[in-house]
Amino acid sequence: MNAVLINLLYIAASILFIFGIKMLGSADTARRGNQLSAAGMLIAVVATLLYFGLSWWMVVAGMLVGGTIGAIAATRVRMTGMPEMVALFNGFGGIASLLVGAAEFAKIRLNNDIGAYLQALQQQSGVTVPGWFALTAIGLAVLIGGTTFTGSLVAYGKLSRRIGSKAVVFPGQQAINVTVILGAVAGVVLMVWDQGRDLSQVAGIVLVALALIYGVLMTIPIGGGDMPVVISLLNSFSGVAAAMAGFIILNNVLVVAGCLVGASGMILTIIMCKAMNRTLAHVLFSGFGAAAQSAKAVEGEMKPATIEDAYHVLEAAQSVVFIPGYGMAVAQAQHAVKELAELLEENGAEVRFAIHPVAGRMPGHMNVLLAEADVPYELLQEMDQVNPIMPTVDVAIVIGANDVVNPAALEDESCSIYGMPIVLAHEARTVYCLKRGQGPGFSGLQNSLFFRENTRMLYGDAKQTVTRLVGEFQS
Amino acid sequence: MELAPLLLLLFAFTLAIFLGFELISKVPSQLHTPLMSGSNAISGITIVGALLALDAGGSEAAKWIGFAAVVFATINVAGGYMVTDRMLAMFKKKDEGKKGPRS
Repeated sequence: MNAVLINLLYIAASILFIFGIKMLGSADTARRGNQLSAAGMLIAVVATLLYFGLSWWMVVAGMLVGGTIGAIAATRVRMTGMPEMVALFNGFGGIASLLVGAAEFAKIRLNNDIGAYLQALQQQSGVTVPGWFALTAIGLAVLIGGTTFTGSLVAYGKLSRRIGSKAVVFPGQQAINVTVILGAVAGVVLMVWDQGRDLSQVAGIVLVALALIYGVLMTIPIGGGDMPVVISLLNSFSGVAAAMAGFIILNNVLVVAGCLVGASGMILTIIMCKAMNRTLAHVLFSGFGAAAQSAKAVEGEMKPATIEDAYHVLEAAQSVVFIPGYGMAVAQAQHAVKELAELLEENGAEVRFAIHPVAGRMPGHMNVLLAEADVPYELLQEMDQVNPIMPTVDVAIVIGANDVVNPAALEDESCSIYGMPIVLAHEARTVYCLKRGQGPGFSGLQNSLFFRENTRMLYGDAKQTVTRLVGEFQS
Repeated sequence: MELAPLLLLLFAFTLAIFLGFELISKVPSQLHTPLMSGSNAISGITIVGALLALDAGGSEAAKWIGFAAVVFATINVAGGYMVTDRMLAMFKKKDEGKKGPRS
C-alpha cells in the first residue's frame, strides 16, 4: 500500500513538472509554471520520506543545510550575477547525481555481494534488474554527473571572470580529450565486468577522477561568446545525470523529470547553435575565438562622434532601436539605458530593443538585465521581428554588441562568422556604436559596421556615455 | 528474471525525451534564462535518490555520501526555484512596470 501511494505521488509530481515546463514557455504563465514545478518537487520529496527507515536526523540536517545555503545564495545574488549563479546551481545538481551513484556503489560494497543489493533494491522499487544494469547506470551517473560538476565550475569561473574567459587551447588537446573519455568508458566497462568486487571499486574511483577531469577539459576550450551553448549543454547534462541516477534506484520520477530536463536543455543548445550558424561539434572542438582569424581588411575609417552630435540626432529621431550586447552587462549600463529609452519615448520617438539570441553570455542574458531595469518586455523584440523594419528606423544604438551586428556575416564569405544571422543595424539611417576601444569582437574579427558611412562611434564606458546622453535630454 | 517493469521504465524514459522536445520547441528567447534555471531546478530531482541513500540500516559510507548528495541537491532545488521566481517577478508588462513594486 505504502509503495503504491508513493508511486502515485511520484506520478502527480511528474505531471506538475510537465505543466511547469510547459508554462515556463510563455511570459504570462511562466511564474505560475515555476511555482507548479516547485510544488511537484515538494510532493516528490514528501513521497520519498514515506519510505520508512531513513535516517531522520540526516534527512533534516542535510535539507536544512542545503536549503539555507541555496536560499541565501538565491536572494543575495544580483541580477547581473545570474548567469554564473545558474551555472553553479547546475554544477551542484551534477555532483549530487555523482554522489547518488557513489552511495549506491557503497551499498553494493557493504556485504561485497551484489545479489543482496539487488534484492534490497527489488523490495524498495518493485523492479528486478540484472547486476550489469545497476552497475552501468551507476557508471553513467558518475561520468555524466562528474562532467557536469567540473564543467559548470569552469563555466562559473569564466562567467564571473574569476578565470579568463578566453578559450584555452593547446597542441594535442583533441587527443587528450579522446584519451580521457575512452579511459572513462573503459572504467565503466571494467566496473560492470567485475560485478562490484575490488577491481570494480578501483575502476569506479578512476572513473570519478576521469569524469571530473573531462568536465574541465570540455569547457576550457570554449571562449566567452560561445558560453550560451555550453551552459545550455551542461544544463542538459545535469538532467541526463539525474535520469541515470533514476535508473540506478529504478525510480520513475527521477527518470522522467531528468529526461525532460535533458531534452529541453538539448533543444536550447540547438537553438543557440542555430543562432550562431555553427554546429555543436564546431563549438565544442574548434576553440573558436582563441586565435584571431585573418579576414579581409575593412575599408574606410571609424568616425567618432560627440555626445552633443548624438543628442541632436536622437532628439529628431522618430524611431530608435537599442541593440544591447555583453558590453552593456559589463558596464552595468541597463538602468541608464532604460532612462534614456523613457526620455526618448516622452520625446515622441518609438523605442524598441532588438535582442539577438546569443547576445551576452547565456541564453536570454539581455532580457534578464533589461527586466531588472524595469524595461517592459513588450519593448524587447526578437531579431526576426525587428529586422524587417530596420530600414525605416532613424537611429540604431549598439551598446557593447559586436559580432551579432557585423554585416560581414552577410557579405564576406571568407570570414569566420559568415552565415550567422545578425541584427541588421547597418540598415538604420544612423547607427551609433558605444564601445570601449577600437579592438575587435569575440570572434577576433574587425566589425565592418563600424566603418560604414552611416555609423558613428561613441567611445568610452557605455554607462557613462548613456548617462551623459540622459543629461543632455534633461538639461 | 522478470524484466517487464524495467522495460516499462525504459519506455517512460523514451517518451519523456519526446515530451521534452515537444514542450519547449517554441519558447520565446526572452524566457530562455528562466527556462534554463527553472529546468535546472527540476534536475535537482536527484534529491530523491540522495534521500534514499540515507537508509538507516544501510552502509555507513553510503549514508555519509548520501548526506553530501542531499546537501548539494537541496542547494540546487531551493536555490534554483527561488532564483527563477525572482527573475520571473521582474518580467513585467508596460502598465505594471510603471507602478509595480520592485522586487
